[in-house]
Amino acid sequence: MAETAYWEAIRRAHDEEMANDELVIAMGEDIGVAGGTYKATLGLYDKYGEERVIDTPISENSYTGIGIGASMTGMRPIIEIMSINFALLALDTLINAAAKIRYMSGGQIACPIVMRTPGGTAHQLAAQHSARLARMFMSTSGLRVVTPRGPLDAYGMLKSAVRCNDPVIIIEHEQMYNLKEDIPDEEFFRPLEGAEVVREGSDITLIGYNFSVHLCLQAAKRLEGDGISAEVIDLRALKPIDRETIRRSVEKTHHAVVAEEDEAPVGVGAEIITGIIEDCFFALDSQPVRVHAADVPVPYNATLEKAAIPDANDVYQGALKALGKI
Amino acid sequence: MNDADKKRLLREMILYRRFEDRSFEAYMERKIGGFLHLYSGQEAVATGVLEMAVVGQGRKNDYVITGYRDHIHAIKTGTDPKAVMAELYGKETGCSKGRGGSMHIFDASQNFMGGYALVGQPFPLAAGLAMGAKHQKTNQIAICFLGDGANNQGTFHETMNMASIWNLPVLFVCENNQYAIGTRIDRSTAVTDQYRRVEAYNMKSSQHDGMDIDIVMAAAKDAIDYVRKESKPYFIEFMTYRFRGHSMSDAKGYRTREEEAEWEKRDPIKIYSRRLVEEGIITPEDIKAMEKEVDDYIENEVIKFAEESPEPKVEELTRYVLDDNPDPRWIGPLQQ
Ligand SMILES: Cc1ncc(C[n+]2csc(CCOP(=O)(O)OP(=O)(O)O)c2C)c(N)n1
Ligand SMILES: [Mg+2]
Repeated sequence: MAETAYWEAIRRAHDEEMANDELVIAMGEDIGVAGGTYKATLGLYDKYGEERVIDTPISENSYTGIGIGASMTGMRPIIEIMSINFALLALDTLINAAAKIRYMSGGQIACPIVMRTPGGTAHQLAAQHSARLARMFMSTSGLRVVTPRGPLDAYGMLKSAVRCNDPVIIIEHEQMYNLKEDIPDEEFFRPLEGAEVVREGSDITLIGYNFSVHLCLQAAKRLEGDGISAEVIDLRALKPIDRETIRRSVEKTHHAVVAEEDEAPVGVGAEIITGIIEDCFFALDSQPVRVHAADVPVPYNATLEKAAIPDANDVYQGALKALGKI
Repeated sequence: MNDADKKRLLREMILYRRFEDRSFEAYMERKIGGFLHLYSGQEAVATGVLEMAVVGQGRKNDYVITGYRDHIHAIKTGTDPKAVMAELYGKETGCSKGRGGSMHIFDASQNFMGGYALVGQPFPLAAGLAMGAKHQKTNQIAICFLGDGANNQGTFHETMNMASIWNLPVLFVCENNQYAIGTRIDRSTAVTDQYRRVEAYNMKSSQHDGMDIDIVMAAAKDAIDYVRKESKPYFIEFMTYRFRGHSMSDAKGYRTREEEAEWEKRDPIKIYSRRLVEEGIITPEDIKAMEKEVDDYIENEVIKFAEESPEPKVEELTRYVLDDNPDPRWIGPLQQ
C-alpha cells in the first residue's frame, strides 16, 4: 500500500500499460515534453519516446480521429483532452465514428480507444472551462463512460479501459487530481461496470458520481449528527448504469437523493430517478430529490459560481427535503 | 501490364458500371432503401489507384477508407460484389451484416475500413490507420478516397498538418468531380485546384486526369511508391465527373446538359475500350460479349445472392454495440 495522488495513479496506470503492451500509446496536447497539464504522463515521454507519447497540435476532432483510426488496426491509444469543454470539438469522431464503427461494420471492427478528460468545475474558470457534459456521453450507445472518484478507481479503471475492446470515456475532475488514497503496490484492475456502496446506511440513499460522491459523503456525515443513517452510492459507471445496486439500496432506505454537478435537464439525476421509478417505485416513501447545478452557464464571479454549483450543504438539504424534515 | 491484365481492368470497370446501374434499378424496385450514391463516371480513379496498391490479399492489403460513395472502392479492394449487394439489400450476408447499408460498407477481412457518411470524417481515420501500420512496421499504407467538397471540412486541415509533421504513410486521393451535391466547386472553394491546398502543410501533391485509367495508374504508382518508401503522406487529385445525380433524388438542375455531354465523351470505359481496340487487344465483339457475361454474372449471382439471403434476426438487434464477449476482469460487475 502506498499513499498515491489521483494524478499519480493515472500516471502509474499509463506507465504499466505502456510497458505491458507496445500497442498502447498516449496522445494529447502538452502530454509529452511538458508532461501533461495534470501530470498524468509525467516522465513517460523520456521513457517511451515521441512515437508513443505523442504531443498533438490543438486539433481535437482530428487527433481523436487519428487515435480511432489507429485503434482500428489494433493499437490502444489513450487520448487526453485537456478539458471536457474541448471534447465538444471531438464529438464527430467520438460519437459518429468511435461509438458506431463496431455496429455499422456488423461487429468486424473494434475501436478500443480511451479518452480521458476532466469534466467538472474548478475555481472561477468561467463558462467555457466548466462544462461537465457527462450526460451527453452517457446517452450515446456504443460508448462506455466511467467516473473514478479517487485514486483506486483512477488507476484500476484506466487499466481496464486500456484492455477493454470498447471505446471508453473516463471523466476525471480538476478538483480531484491531488486527492490522495492508499492503493496496493501490486497490479490490480477495477471493472468498468458496477456501482459501489461506499458508505452503508439505512434511512436514505445518496447517489453520486465523480466529485459529487464526495459531497454525498460529507452530507452523510452531517446527517449522522442528526441521527440519520445515509447510504452513499458511487455510480462509478454512467454507461451502463448499475440499476441493481441502486434498487437494492432504495428498497432498504425508501428515500433517494441524486447529486450531480451538472444542470438538471436530461441529466444524470433524471436518468437515475427514472430507473428508480421503473424498478422500485413502490419502495419509495417520498419523492426522490435531484441536487444539481443552476440552469445557467457557469459564472466567473466566485459568489455566483458558488451559488450555481451544488455543494455538500445542498446535498444535506436535499436529504432533509426527501425525508420531509424541511 | 500484359494484355490479359488490360482486359481484366476493362472488365472490372464494366462490372463496376453495371453493378451501380443494377443497384439503381433495385432502388427503384424498393429493394434498396436509404441513401444510395453511385460511382458511375469515376471508375477509373478507384480502379486505377487501387490497381497500384496491395489489394485482394486479405489482411495483407493496404488499408482503404472512403466516404458514402463506397461500393466500388470496396469491391476493388477485394470485397465480394455479392456481399456488397447483399449489404445494399440490408441482408445478414451483407459485408456489414445489414447493419451498415450503402454508405457503410466494411470488410475487415480485406482491410476495407469503411464508408462513412460524415463528410471529411475519414481524413483523420485514414491518418490513424497509417499511424497504426507505421507503428506496427507492417509496410502497409492507408489510402483515403474523398470528394472535393470534403476538403472544406476542418478535419482536412487538421489531418493534413498532422499527417505531415508525423510522416504518416497515407495517400489522400481527391476525386474532384467539381460538385458537392448541387454546389459547384468555385462557389464553395476559394482555391479550386485542390492539390495546391496541401502545399501549406508541406505535403507533396499533384493533379491528373481522372478519366483515363492509364494516366491514373501511372500517377498513382509514383505516389504510392513515394508514400511507402518515404513513409510520408501524399495528396493526389483526379479531375473526374459523376454521371448520375449526387444520390437518388437529384434532378441535376445545377449543371447543364452540355456540360454533362462534354464529360460523357470522356467516359473512362469508352476511353479505355477504344484504346484496347486500337491496340488490337480486344475487338468490339469481345467487349459486347464481356458486357453480356458481366450482366449475367450480376443477375444470376450477385442479385440472386442478395435476393435469396436472409434478413438479420430481430433477436440480434443489440449485438455489435459493444464487445459481445467482454473479459470480466475489465468489465465487471464489481465484487463488493
Ligand atoms: C459533415 C457533413 N455535412 C454535410 C453532409 C451532407 N452531404 C453529403 S455528401 C455532401 C457533398 C460532398 O461532396 P464531395 O465531397 O465533393 O463528394 P461527392 O459527393 O462529390 O463524391 C454533403 C454536403 C454530410 N454528409 N456530412
Ligand atoms: Mg464532389
